[in-house]
Amino acid sequence: MALLETKFLSKQYGKKFALQDINLNIESGKIIGLCGPNGSGKTTLIKLAAGILTPTSGNLTIGGTEIGPETKAVVSYLPDKPFVPEFMKIKDIIAFFKEFYADFDINAANEMLTRLDIDGNETFKTLSKGTQEKAQLVLVMSRKAKLYLLDEPIGGVDPAARDYILNTIISNYNADSSVIISTHLIADIENTLDEVIFIKYGKLFLHSTSDDIRETHGMSVDAYFREVFKC
Amino acid sequence: MSWKFDDGTPIYLQIAERIREQIASGEISPGGKVPTVREIAELAGVNPNTVQRALAELEASALVAAERGNGGRFVSDNPDLLAKLKHDMARTATGDFLAKMRKLGFEKAKTVGYLNEYKEES
Repeated sequence: MALLETKFLSKQYGKKFALQDINLNIESGKIIGLCGPNGSGKTTLIKLAAGILTPTSGNLTIGGTEIGPETKAVVSYLPDKPFVPEFMKIKDIIAFFKEFYADFDINAANEMLTRLDIDGNETFKTLSKGTQEKAQLVLVMSRKAKLYLLDEPIGGVDPAARDYILNTIISNYNADSSVIISTHLIADIENTLDEVIFIKYGKLFLHSTSDDIRETHGMSVDAYFREVFKC
Repeated sequence: MSWKFDDGTPIYLQIAERIREQIASGEISPGGKVPTVREIAELAGVNPNTVQRALAELEASALVAAERGNGGRFVSDNPDLLAKLKHDMARTATGDFLAKMRKLGFEKAKTVGYLNEYKEES
Protein backbone atom coordinates (compact mmCIF):
# COMPACT_ATOMS: atom_id res chain seq x y z
CA MET A 1 0.00 0.00 0.00
CA ALA A 2 1.16 3.51 -0.77
CA LEU A 3 2.48 5.52 2.14
CA LEU A 4 1.21 8.75 0.64
CA GLU A 5 -1.36 8.89 -2.10
CA THR A 6 -3.03 11.87 -3.73
CA LYS A 7 -5.88 11.77 -6.23
CA PHE A 8 -6.66 14.86 -8.28
CA LEU A 9 -5.46 16.92 -5.37
CA SER A 10 -6.00 20.65 -5.88
CA LYS A 11 -5.56 23.69 -3.72
CA GLN A 12 -6.84 27.10 -4.68
CA TYR A 13 -6.11 30.42 -3.03
CA GLY A 14 -9.02 32.50 -4.25
CA LYS A 15 -9.09 31.93 -7.98
CA LYS A 16 -5.45 30.99 -8.23
CA PHE A 17 -4.50 27.32 -8.34
CA ALA A 18 -1.49 26.65 -6.11
CA LEU A 19 -1.79 22.96 -7.00
CA GLN A 20 -3.91 21.37 -9.67
CA ASP A 21 -4.89 17.72 -10.13
CA ILE A 22 -1.86 16.17 -8.48
CA ASN A 23 -1.83 12.37 -8.66
CA LEU A 24 1.01 10.93 -6.66
CA ASN A 25 1.86 7.61 -5.16
CA ILE A 26 4.75 7.43 -2.73
CA GLU A 27 5.93 4.16 -1.22
CA SER A 28 7.73 3.43 2.03
CA GLY A 29 11.49 3.26 2.15
CA LYS A 30 12.22 6.13 -0.22
CA ILE A 31 14.05 9.42 -0.05
CA ILE A 32 12.31 11.78 -2.40
CA GLY A 33 13.24 15.22 -3.66
CA LEU A 34 10.40 17.65 -4.26
CA CYS A 35 11.71 20.18 -6.71
CA GLY A 36 10.32 23.16 -8.53
CA PRO A 37 11.03 26.84 -8.96
CA ASN A 38 9.85 29.41 -6.42
CA GLY A 39 6.09 29.55 -6.25
CA SER A 40 5.52 26.21 -7.98
CA GLY A 41 3.55 24.72 -5.08
CA LYS A 42 6.15 22.71 -3.13
CA THR A 43 5.28 24.18 0.25
CA THR A 44 1.55 23.91 -0.45
CA LEU A 45 1.90 20.19 -1.19
CA ILE A 46 3.90 19.61 1.98
CA LYS A 47 1.44 21.59 4.09
CA LEU A 48 -1.47 19.56 2.69
CA ALA A 49 0.30 16.32 3.66
CA ALA A 50 1.12 17.72 7.10
CA GLY A 51 -2.52 18.68 7.61
CA ILE A 52 -1.79 22.40 7.93
CA LEU A 53 -3.92 23.13 4.87
CA THR A 54 -7.01 21.38 3.59
CA PRO A 55 -7.48 20.53 -0.08
CA THR A 56 -9.91 22.50 -2.22
CA SER A 57 -10.74 19.29 -4.09
CA GLY A 58 -9.37 15.82 -4.61
CA ASN A 59 -7.98 13.74 -1.81
CA LEU A 60 -4.85 12.81 0.05
CA THR A 61 -4.23 9.82 2.28
CA ILE A 62 -1.30 8.66 4.38
CA GLY A 63 -1.17 4.92 4.97
CA GLY A 64 -4.68 4.79 3.52
CA THR A 65 -6.05 7.21 6.13
CA GLU A 66 -7.44 10.67 5.48
CA ILE A 67 -5.46 13.49 7.08
CA GLY A 68 -6.26 13.83 10.79
CA PRO A 69 -4.83 13.11 14.24
CA GLU A 70 -3.92 9.56 13.17
CA THR A 71 -1.77 10.69 10.26
CA LYS A 72 -0.26 13.59 12.19
CA ALA A 73 1.02 11.09 14.76
CA VAL A 74 3.13 9.42 12.07
CA VAL A 75 4.17 12.49 10.10
CA SER A 76 7.16 14.58 11.18
CA TYR A 77 7.06 17.97 9.53
CA LEU A 78 9.75 20.62 9.24
CA PRO A 79 8.21 23.93 8.15
CA ASP A 80 10.19 26.39 6.05
CA LYS A 81 9.90 29.01 8.80
CA PRO A 82 10.76 28.93 12.53
CA PHE A 83 8.06 26.99 14.36
CA VAL A 84 9.22 26.75 17.98
CA PRO A 85 8.61 29.27 20.79
CA GLU A 86 11.76 31.35 20.48
CA PHE A 87 11.96 32.39 24.13
CA MET A 88 12.50 28.76 25.18
CA LYS A 89 15.81 27.03 25.85
CA ILE A 90 16.74 24.23 23.45
CA LYS A 91 16.64 21.60 26.22
CA ASP A 92 13.15 22.77 27.24
CA ILE A 93 11.93 22.59 23.65
CA ILE A 94 13.25 19.03 23.54
CA ALA A 95 11.42 18.14 26.74
CA PHE A 96 8.30 19.72 25.24
CA PHE A 97 8.60 17.62 22.08
CA LYS A 98 9.19 14.50 24.17
CA GLU A 99 5.90 15.08 25.94
CA PHE A 100 4.07 15.99 22.79
CA TYR A 101 5.15 13.13 20.52
CA ALA A 102 5.08 9.50 21.62
CA ASP A 103 7.69 8.62 18.98
CA PHE A 104 10.26 11.22 20.07
CA ASP A 105 13.69 9.75 20.86
CA ILE A 106 15.37 12.07 23.34
CA ASN A 107 18.71 10.25 23.19
CA ALA A 108 18.86 10.67 19.43
CA ALA A 109 18.07 14.37 19.85
CA ASN A 110 20.82 14.95 22.41
CA GLU A 111 23.34 13.04 20.35
CA MET A 112 22.59 15.15 17.27
CA LEU A 113 22.80 18.38 19.26
CA THR A 114 26.23 17.37 20.53
CA ARG A 115 27.42 16.47 17.04
CA LEU A 116 26.21 19.82 15.73
CA ASP A 117 27.77 21.62 18.68
CA ILE A 118 24.51 23.16 19.90
CA ASP A 119 24.29 23.98 23.60
CA GLY A 120 20.97 22.90 25.13
CA ASN A 121 21.11 25.78 27.60
CA GLU A 122 20.96 28.40 24.84
CA THR A 123 17.72 30.20 24.23
CA PHE A 124 16.37 29.59 20.72
CA LYS A 125 16.25 33.24 19.71
CA THR A 126 19.91 33.85 20.59
CA LEU A 127 21.04 31.25 18.03
CA SER A 128 22.13 32.26 14.54
CA LYS A 129 19.72 31.60 11.68
CA GLY A 130 21.67 28.54 10.52
CA THR A 131 21.89 27.10 14.02
CA GLN A 132 18.15 27.64 14.51
CA GLU A 133 17.54 25.64 11.35
CA LYS A 134 19.83 22.87 12.55
CA ALA A 135 18.10 22.74 15.95
CA GLN A 136 14.68 22.49 14.31
CA LEU A 137 15.85 19.73 12.03
CA VAL A 138 17.13 17.83 15.09
CA LEU A 139 13.64 18.04 16.61
CA VAL A 140 12.00 16.73 13.47
CA MET A 141 14.49 13.94 12.77
CA SER A 142 14.42 12.71 16.37
CA ARG A 143 10.93 11.35 15.90
CA LYS A 144 10.48 7.78 14.68
CA ALA A 145 7.89 8.77 12.11
CA LYS A 146 6.59 7.03 8.99
CA LEU A 147 6.83 10.11 6.83
CA TYR A 148 9.22 13.02 7.19
CA LEU A 149 8.29 16.20 5.36
CA LEU A 150 11.25 18.55 5.21
CA ASP A 151 10.57 21.91 3.64
CA GLU A 152 13.90 23.47 2.58
CA PRO A 153 15.97 21.84 5.33
CA ILE A 154 19.39 22.77 3.96
CA GLY A 155 18.89 26.24 2.53
CA GLY A 156 20.41 28.21 5.37
CA VAL A 157 23.09 25.92 6.76
CA ASP A 158 26.79 25.72 5.95
CA PRO A 159 28.15 22.95 3.67
CA ALA A 160 29.61 20.93 6.55
CA ALA A 161 26.28 20.92 8.38
CA ARG A 162 24.58 20.09 5.08
CA ASP A 163 26.74 16.95 4.83
CA TYR A 164 25.91 16.03 8.39
CA ILE A 165 22.19 16.52 7.81
CA LEU A 166 22.20 14.40 4.66
CA ASN A 167 24.20 11.76 6.48
CA THR A 168 21.65 11.82 9.29
CA ILE A 169 18.89 11.27 6.76
CA ILE A 170 20.81 8.37 5.18
CA SER A 171 21.71 6.73 8.49
CA ASN A 172 18.13 7.06 9.77
CA TYR A 173 16.91 5.38 6.64
CA ASN A 174 14.66 2.40 7.14
CA ALA A 175 12.38 0.47 4.86
CA ASP A 176 9.21 1.51 6.73
CA SER A 177 9.52 5.24 6.40
CA SER A 178 10.01 7.80 3.67
CA VAL A 179 11.50 11.27 3.57
CA ILE A 180 10.29 14.02 1.29
CA ILE A 181 12.73 16.91 0.94
CA SER A 182 11.71 20.07 -0.84
CA THR A 183 14.60 22.09 -2.15
CA HIS A 184 16.00 23.95 -5.07
CA LEU A 185 19.56 23.04 -4.06
CA ILE A 186 19.33 19.85 -6.08
CA ALA A 187 23.03 19.38 -6.76
CA ASP A 188 23.70 19.09 -3.03
CA ILE A 189 21.20 16.36 -2.38
CA GLU A 190 20.64 14.48 -5.60
CA ASN A 191 22.95 11.56 -4.78
CA THR A 192 20.87 10.98 -1.68
CA LEU A 193 17.58 10.75 -3.56
CA ASP A 194 15.74 7.68 -4.82
CA GLU A 195 13.05 9.58 -6.57
CA VAL A 196 12.43 13.06 -7.79
CA ILE A 197 9.18 14.95 -8.16
CA PHE A 198 9.17 18.07 -10.34
CA ILE A 199 6.26 20.45 -10.06
CA LYS A 200 5.74 23.28 -12.45
CA TYR A 201 3.08 25.97 -12.03
CA GLY A 202 1.19 23.78 -9.56
CA LYS A 203 1.11 20.75 -11.83
CA LEU A 204 2.99 17.50 -11.59
CA PHE A 205 5.64 17.61 -14.30
CA LEU A 206 7.50 14.41 -13.50
CA HIS A 207 7.83 11.70 -10.89
CA SER A 208 10.76 9.42 -11.63
CA THR A 209 13.77 7.76 -10.06
CA SER A 210 16.88 9.92 -10.15
CA ASP A 211 18.89 7.20 -11.90
CA ASP A 212 16.21 7.01 -14.61
CA ILE A 213 16.68 10.73 -15.25
CA ARG A 214 20.42 10.19 -15.59
CA GLU A 215 19.88 7.20 -17.84
CA THR A 216 17.21 8.75 -20.06
CA HIS A 217 18.58 12.25 -20.37
CA GLY A 218 22.29 11.60 -19.89
CA MET A 219 22.58 14.39 -17.34
CA SER A 220 22.37 14.92 -13.62
CA VAL A 221 19.04 15.73 -11.98
CA ASP A 222 20.35 19.22 -11.33
CA ALA A 223 21.26 19.78 -14.99
CA TYR A 224 17.90 18.37 -16.10
CA PHE A 225 16.08 20.68 -13.69
CA ARG A 226 17.93 23.66 -15.14
CA GLU A 227 16.87 22.59 -18.60
CA VAL A 228 13.21 22.02 -17.73
CA PHE A 229 12.86 25.25 -15.79
CA LYS A 230 15.07 27.44 -17.95
CA CYS A 231 14.06 31.08 -17.57
CA MET B 1 32.55 12.80 2.99
CA SER B 2 30.93 11.21 -0.04
CA TRP B 3 32.27 9.90 -3.32
CA LYS B 4 32.41 11.95 -6.49
CA PHE B 5 30.11 10.91 -9.30
CA ASP B 6 29.92 11.80 -12.98
CA ASP B 7 26.83 13.60 -14.15
CA GLY B 8 25.49 11.60 -17.05
CA THR B 9 25.61 8.03 -15.73
CA PRO B 10 23.26 6.42 -13.21
CA ILE B 11 24.79 6.43 -9.75
CA TYR B 12 24.16 2.74 -9.12
CA LEU B 13 26.35 1.86 -12.13
CA GLN B 14 29.11 4.13 -10.85
CA ILE B 15 28.98 2.51 -7.43
CA ALA B 16 29.07 -0.97 -8.98
CA GLU B 17 32.12 0.10 -11.02
CA ARG B 18 33.81 1.46 -7.94
CA ILE B 19 33.31 -1.80 -6.04
CA ARG B 20 34.51 -3.75 -9.09
CA GLU B 21 37.70 -1.65 -8.97
CA GLN B 22 38.11 -2.41 -5.28
CA ILE B 23 37.76 -6.12 -6.02
CA ALA B 24 40.15 -6.01 -8.99
CA SER B 25 42.79 -4.13 -7.01
CA GLY B 26 42.44 -6.53 -4.09
CA GLU B 27 41.25 -3.79 -1.74
CA ILE B 28 38.43 -6.20 -1.00
CA SER B 29 40.15 -9.59 -1.12
CA PRO B 30 38.80 -12.70 -2.90
CA GLY B 31 36.27 -14.38 -0.64
CA GLY B 32 36.31 -11.27 1.56
CA LYS B 33 33.30 -9.55 3.02
CA VAL B 34 31.70 -6.70 1.12
CA PRO B 35 30.76 -3.73 3.35
CA THR B 36 27.06 -3.60 4.18
CA VAL B 37 24.58 -1.51 2.22
CA ARG B 38 24.37 0.94 5.09
CA GLU B 39 28.15 1.26 5.37
CA ILE B 40 28.56 1.93 1.67
CA ALA B 41 25.61 4.34 1.65
CA GLU B 42 27.05 6.44 4.45
CA LEU B 43 30.55 6.35 3.02
CA ALA B 44 29.45 7.30 -0.46
CA GLY B 45 26.76 9.75 0.65
CA VAL B 46 24.09 8.03 -1.41
CA ASN B 47 20.72 6.46 -0.90
CA PRO B 48 20.73 2.86 0.48
CA ASN B 49 18.38 1.73 -2.30
CA THR B 50 20.92 2.88 -4.87
CA VAL B 51 23.62 0.82 -3.16
CA GLN B 52 21.25 -2.15 -3.07
CA ARG B 53 20.80 -1.85 -6.80
CA ALA B 54 24.56 -1.62 -7.39
CA LEU B 55 25.13 -4.79 -5.34
CA ALA B 56 22.34 -6.58 -7.20
CA GLU B 57 24.21 -5.72 -10.40
CA LEU B 58 27.38 -7.33 -9.00
CA GLU B 59 25.43 -10.36 -7.81
CA ALA B 60 23.99 -10.81 -11.28
CA SER B 61 27.53 -11.19 -12.63
CA ALA B 62 28.34 -13.62 -9.78
CA LEU B 63 31.22 -11.41 -8.65
CA VAL B 64 29.49 -10.97 -5.33
CA ALA B 65 27.24 -13.50 -3.63
CA ALA B 66 24.77 -13.04 -0.82
CA GLU B 67 25.28 -15.19 2.24
CA ARG B 68 22.15 -17.11 3.07
CA GLY B 69 20.39 -15.92 6.20
CA ASN B 70 22.47 -13.11 7.58
CA GLY B 71 22.26 -10.65 4.73
CA GLY B 72 26.04 -10.36 4.36
CA ARG B 73 27.75 -10.42 0.99
CA PHE B 74 31.05 -11.93 -0.07
CA VAL B 75 33.35 -11.44 -3.02
CA SER B 76 33.67 -14.50 -5.22
CA ASP B 77 36.87 -16.53 -4.77
CA ASN B 78 36.62 -18.01 -8.25
CA PRO B 79 40.06 -17.24 -9.80
CA ASP B 80 38.73 -17.37 -13.39
CA LEU B 81 36.07 -14.79 -12.61
CA LEU B 82 38.54 -12.47 -10.90
CA ALA B 83 41.08 -12.86 -13.70
CA LYS B 84 38.38 -11.99 -16.22
CA LEU B 85 37.40 -8.94 -14.20
CA LYS B 86 40.99 -7.67 -14.15
CA HIS B 87 41.38 -8.42 -17.84
CA ASP B 88 38.17 -6.55 -18.74
CA MET B 89 39.09 -3.55 -16.62
CA ALA B 90 42.59 -3.39 -18.10
CA ARG B 91 41.12 -3.53 -21.62
CA THR B 92 38.69 -0.71 -20.84
CA ALA B 93 41.43 1.46 -19.33
CA THR B 94 43.68 0.81 -22.33
CA GLY B 95 40.88 1.64 -24.73
CA ASP B 96 40.19 4.90 -22.92
CA PHE B 97 43.86 5.83 -23.05
CA LEU B 98 44.18 5.00 -26.75
CA ALA B 99 41.04 6.99 -27.52
CA LYS B 100 42.48 10.00 -25.75
CA MET B 101 45.80 9.72 -27.64
CA ARG B 102 43.93 9.36 -30.91
CA LYS B 103 42.07 12.54 -30.10
CA LEU B 104 45.42 14.26 -29.68
CA GLY B 105 46.45 12.95 -33.10
CA PHE B 106 48.63 9.97 -32.16
CA GLU B 107 48.14 6.64 -33.89
CA LYS B 108 48.61 3.42 -31.97
CA ALA B 109 52.24 2.87 -33.09
CA LYS B 110 53.29 6.32 -31.91
CA THR B 111 51.38 5.84 -28.68
CA VAL B 112 53.26 2.61 -28.05
CA GLY B 113 56.48 4.58 -28.60
CA TYR B 114 55.44 7.00 -25.89
CA LEU B 115 54.64 4.10 -23.59
CA ASN B 116 58.07 2.54 -24.05
CA GLU B 117 59.90 5.82 -23.58
CA TYR B 118 57.90 6.85 -20.58
CA LYS B 119 59.76 6.94 -17.32
CA GLU B 120 57.71 7.13 -14.21
CA GLU B 121 58.63 10.11 -12.07
CA SER B 122 59.26 8.98 -8.58
